[in-house]
Amino acid sequence: MFAFIIRRTIQAILVMLIISLIGFSIKHQFGDPVRDLLGVSVSEAEREALRKKLGLRDPFFTQYFRFLKNAVKGDLGFSFFYKKPALEVILKKTPATIELVFASSLIIILGSVPIGIFAAIRPQHWLTKVFMGLSLIGVSIPVFLTAIMLIYIFAVTLHWLPSYGRGDLLDLGFWQTGLLTLDGLSHLIMPATALSSIMLPLFIRLIRSEMMEVLQAEYIKFAWAKGLKRIRIWFVHAFKNTLLPVITVGGVQLGIMIAFTILTETVFQWPGLGFLFLEAVQRADTTLLVAYLIVVGAFFVITNTVVDIIYVFINPMVRITGKA
Amino acid sequence: MRKWYIALFVAVVLTMASSHVFAAGKTLRVAFDADPVSLDPHEQLSGGMLQYSHWVFDPLVRWTQEMTFEPRLATKWEQIDANTMRFHLRKGVKFHSGNDFTAADVKWTLERLKKSPDFKGLFVPFTGAKVIDDHTVDLITEKPYGLVLNMATYLFPMDSKFYTGTDKNGQPKDRINKTAPTFAKLNESGTGRYVVAEREQGVKLVLEEFPGYWDAKAGNVSKIILTPIKEAATRVAALLAGDVDLIAPVPPKDHDRIRGTNDMKLVTWNGGRIITFQMNQHRVEAFKDARVRNAIVHAVNNEAIVKKIMKNFATPGAQQGPEGYMGYDPNLTPRYDLAKAKQLMKEAGYEKGFTISMMAPNNRYVNDEKIAQAVASMLAKINIKVNLKTLPKAQYWDEFDARAADMMMIGWHSDTEDSANFTEYLTMTPNKETGYGQYNSGNYSNPEVDKLVIASQSETNMEKRKGILQKVERLLYEDAAFVPLHWQHLSWAAKKNVMIEDVANSQNFPYFGSMMIN
Repeated sequence: MFAFIIRRTIQAILVMLIISLIGFSIKHQFGDPVRDLLGVSVSEAEREALRKKLGLRDPFFTQYFRFLKNAVKGDLGFSFFYKKPALEVILKKTPATIELVFASSLIIILGSVPIGIFAAIRPQHWLTKVFMGLSLIGVSIPVFLTAIMLIYIFAVTLHWLPSYGRGDLLDLGFWQTGLLTLDGLSHLIMPATALSSIMLPLFIRLIRSEMMEVLQAEYIKFAWAKGLKRIRIWFVHAFKNTLLPVITVGGVQLGIMIAFTILTETVFQWPGLGFLFLEAVQRADTTLLVAYLIVVGAFFVITNTVVDIIYVFINPMVRITGKA
Repeated sequence: MRKWYIALFVAVVLTMASSHVFAAGKTLRVAFDADPVSLDPHEQLSGGMLQYSHWVFDPLVRWTQEMTFEPRLATKWEQIDANTMRFHLRKGVKFHSGNDFTAADVKWTLERLKKSPDFKGLFVPFTGAKVIDDHTVDLITEKPYGLVLNMATYLFPMDSKFYTGTDKNGQPKDRINKTAPTFAKLNESGTGRYVVAEREQGVKLVLEEFPGYWDAKAGNVSKIILTPIKEAATRVAALLAGDVDLIAPVPPKDHDRIRGTNDMKLVTWNGGRIITFQMNQHRVEAFKDARVRNAIVHAVNNEAIVKKIMKNFATPGAQQGPEGYMGYDPNLTPRYDLAKAKQLMKEAGYEKGFTISMMAPNNRYVNDEKIAQAVASMLAKINIKVNLKTLPKAQYWDEFDARAADMMMIGWHSDTEDSANFTEYLTMTPNKETGYGQYNSGNYSNPEVDKLVIASQSETNMEKRKGILQKVERLLYEDAAFVPLHWQHLSWAAKKNVMIEDVANSQNFPYFGSMMIN
């Protein structure tokens, strides 16, 4: 077990190094950060002087090793636009994204588990057909469109929900939360729904098909024959075994959800990481971009490593092959 | 912990007290596409920063809707001699810090402008300011200069006492630095109608009324909450949903929708930004021939582009400066004529045409990519095959600086609100030392144009100056120095009771301090 964790950690560090190298080598493709810093009528000599001052004219590896050296110390560089340490800017925007992802995960779990189970045990029911039809539509509409539709229905036409932003926040010192104010929660409903619109149908379909497969298994037939209660067979014996693949997919999808926040946050002017990323691309704020890639990369790597470790605990087969 | 409670208590009491005192004023909730990048008015020369300067600071004079000058901190001005303009300053004006506004602040501000990387270019003609007494100051130029008042619209006096000294990092408080924290980035003391009450960059800017403001005739907006909303569709939705009172810019495709909504209105305004294509004579031999350039100008139907692509949200142009500018010549009109264009190509010996490359940005100007596509297909009719590439603006300007394509798009708004500025940057012979022609990717060069523009700079007789600048526009027109497309319009959408039309202008500096909400 210990060896397994060590091995996974070393792999994770290697992946992080590769991410940083890739991020660093493509950063000049995003454009010239100096352009956004200076007005249009500034002379070329003035621009060049600023580039030199920022160290943008140094050879690639000089820049990269300087970056690595500082990164080890927790310094990911200085955002050109915000004029603050990039890590500080990112951490400031993180609560918004985490709350958004948390809220949509909640919607996904609370929606997909009951619907998925229902669809598996009552495949011919008319409600199942409605859910399956809706989920097909849900998967095929882009998040961007879902978001705009939500805004036009609930904000513009019905005036029920606010159209943009996070609303009133409660400052807990290290964390600004919108979960504890009514206004904050009303601002969260639409973005969270939009973000969950792709994953929710996916999970309904996943849980349904996994569950149907499990229900065909020999041990379930045996349980029926033994005369166990329906509830016990469905929720304890069948559903527990459905969960394994769902957790694996869930771990990967959590990362993908972070990627989808870029779209959702942009549409709703949600001041989180995805929005920050898109703006950094448009402004060619390259230090912030590289720092974002590192932080999100680290998040992906950590969730995947944790999922792998959890898997070892849940599934004995992995534990056995892990030793071999 | 106790301190924290006291602070909270004081804040609550203050909030209640202030809301009580200013209960009569109105709150304006605004959504623009961006928020000011800094609180330091000299850090960046951009539309957003100048809008901010008009809210939190006051200039010596400002533009009116009719493009004349309106006294602000200067009440009157007179020409003392060829190189000196004397400004009489308003008395009894206070800065947000409580300091009195005097002539020394004007001198200090001019000196700081001359140190700012973005502004110093504009203030090169000025040698300095001379304080005569507390409320009189002379602005002195090196040579006679016709645009002293135009430049005075950029002179937003800063509180010299407030910005003098060293900050907690040991840096001078007046330091201008683009990439490091400075005192002026986070603190302000101007004379303007509003003080900055709260700011989270990229999320929110809250401005509140300055109780000691000098202008008794100011509007009734006592609080402004500015939220940047980048996504155009969301911005429009926020207005329609009633979450904000005023938005800008409004995408052309939503104009009819706003007009069709009951308690909303759309306000559009002629802007001064000309959109053009430049034809690179160093890269393409044929572009050296004025007949070929003329053929291209005659082949591009810019009136159709304005009608079809811009939905009439622009004015088709044939010269650089728009109407109202000194060099504007009403006789220079768009000249689409396909038959003539073909004829010109034939005369020049290019009847069979040739192939060129073209580049344009895709997120810088309104509909820039579609416009470039339209121009490319129009040129196909005179057998010029165009390979078009469009890029995001973050990458486009590198390519532009490298002159990476045969035809490149550029839009230009004159910082001086004067015709000469267009020529100085776009059509004068490129010269690294003087900086002229910095954005002349066509390498168009006409010694007569150069001579005329330089002469216009020191011409203070406005009638003569007008003649010179009109002649420049005519020369460029006849020579087809560039492909003129249109002047972009500006747009605001607001609730019916927000009187944005009274304070809008072609500079895109809405004077919220003078605005009424009914």
